[in-house]
Amino acid sequence: MSIRIVKHGLFDTIQDEGRYGFQHLGINPGGAADVAAFTVANMLAGNVNNEAVIELHYPSSSILFQQNAVIALSGADFGARINDQPVPINTPVLVSQNSVLEFTQLVSGYRCYLSVSCGFAVDEWLGSFSTNTKAQAGGYKGRKLLGGDILTFKKSFAFAFNGRNFLIPGWRADVLPLYSSQHTIRICMGNEYDQLTAASKELLANTTFTITNDSDRMGCRLSGVPLQRDSNIELISYAVTRGTIQLLPGGQLIILTTDHQTTGGYPRIAHAASVDMPTLAQMRPGETIRFAWIGVPEAQALLIQQHRYLLQLQIACNLRLQEFLDAIH
Amino acid sequence: MHHVLPYKIVSCGDHAVTIDFGNTIDETINNYILHLFHHLKQKNIPGIKDILPAYSSLTVVYDVITIHKIISTPDAYIWITQQLEMILQQKQGDKFEEPRIINIPVCYEEQFAPDLHELAAHKNITPESVGKVHYSKPYRVFMLGFLPGFAYMGTVEKIISMPRKTKPRLKVPEGSVGIAGLQTGIYPMESPGGWNIIGQTPIKLFDANKPGGALLQPGDHVHFYPVTVEEFEKIKSAQ
Repeated sequence: MSIRIVKHGLFDTIQDEGRYGFQHLGINPGGAADVAAFTVANMLAGNVNNEAVIELHYPSSSILFQQNAVIALSGADFGARINDQPVPINTPVLVSQNSVLEFTQLVSGYRCYLSVSCGFAVDEWLGSFSTNTKAQAGGYKGRKLLGGDILTFKKSFAFAFNGRNFLIPGWRADVLPLYSSQHTIRICMGNEYDQLTAASKELLANTTFTITNDSDRMGCRLSGVPLQRDSNIELISYAVTRGTIQLLPGGQLIILTTDHQTTGGYPRIAHAASVDMPTLAQMRPGETIRFAWIGVPEAQALLIQQHRYLLQLQIACNLRLQEFLDAIH
Repeated sequence: MHHVLPYKIVSCGDHAVTIDFGNTIDETINNYILHLFHHLKQKNIPGIKDILPAYSSLTVVYDVITIHKIISTPDAYIWITQQLEMILQQKQGDKFEEPRIINIPVCYEEQFAPDLHELAAHKNITPESVGKVHYSKPYRVFMLGFLPGFAYMGTVEKIISMPRKTKPRLKVPEGSVGIAGLQTGIYPMESPGGWNIIGQTPIKLFDANKPGGALLQPGDHVHFYPVTVEEFEKIKSAQ
């Protein structure tokens, strides 16, 4: 049971929840950039445990299904088509053998997650399937997917497709509550915030910042009116984490994302709230964000709320997916 | 020995906290941080996902949801801070392991040292003496970070210290030995980087197929020794 990459995409990798417990060796956690979409893709494919998925960037890989599979797409909408017929995101899809899944246009978002029921059988490294391209380990041979790659999945299904290439139910998971609507990223105070000049503090709170082209899975680079510090104390290196917002020497900001370095030496101005990292992961270069201050307890309460919503969604998806599959068998 | 050093605990976003011992490079402080690191690892506090010792700080990454399930209030930050405060206030054992000594061959020849001449000229010394000064003393591994297995070592003699390059290289070859300020380090894999490259080691610093992966650990003492191009190639092919 497998899929074959017919044509490779820009940067498509295997990701899961990330690799924790090894940051003291300089090994970053990695994992899906949009954890919410990753979780939704898994639940729609009927996976109770979070299995490794393919994280797609546009232009994305074209994928041939060598056997029947239950899959789901969540996160970005890249105009998915199976044998040239449109396929919606945020719903389970039963794909028939020999069908080709292609992504045809950037409709919305920046990263799409492709899950398969029961998961892909890929390389585990240090307790995670996530691809670490620096260490060249984990996922599929520790690298991005290329044409000709064959990825095995763990379970196939026998369905009566009656001449069709794929089947979908009439419902979709409501993912709207998982994202911040106004492109607002909530931030908590950073250790060196006080070193900003009064004018720069104003700019941080009241102006917009544009995501630049050199953003990647390591960091989301921003362009805005340059910020300045009162102090020019050189900092020694310390740990940084997902969401840490550093002030670069030219006065621009970078928000560290999933493939961030484990340590850094630039001033920590603020930290993006975890609850808003899925929103950030789905924003494209050229789009603008603004910041809103939030306290750590409030940020944690919002994260717990997001987690509860995902649990509700999981229960609802399980029930409906079972009904859908029972009706077909 | 382990009277509590002055520190402050600060949040590092909504899922990490940092115990900060000040903006300083100091062996005593770094030793204490490594001691805390091992102690915390042993304690196995639920919800802690990662512990990162740095020069003079220790950062704990935690899982808000896991801790929320334990304490059933949304104050994961307060709870984790309390756990850390308790550990910091406890009298801790003062058993210290002797540092491991790791010998690392370095070829300081020009072909492996693109910044050797610039550094020598800047410091008004000969290129040969840069290497000599560099391998003349052992260095402590203060922390790992930046790349898998990248060790921050120090401190180098002022006569060979040099700030990072203003324009980082897009590709620094694997094994390159560099200087940044008073620090020295080795690139475990090819990577972009801004350190001044004064040599290269044929030894593998990181191997994803080996348990742990990283050759160097915080607290290790590193002795560099010079090798010729021929010796370099010989060691490299034997790896």
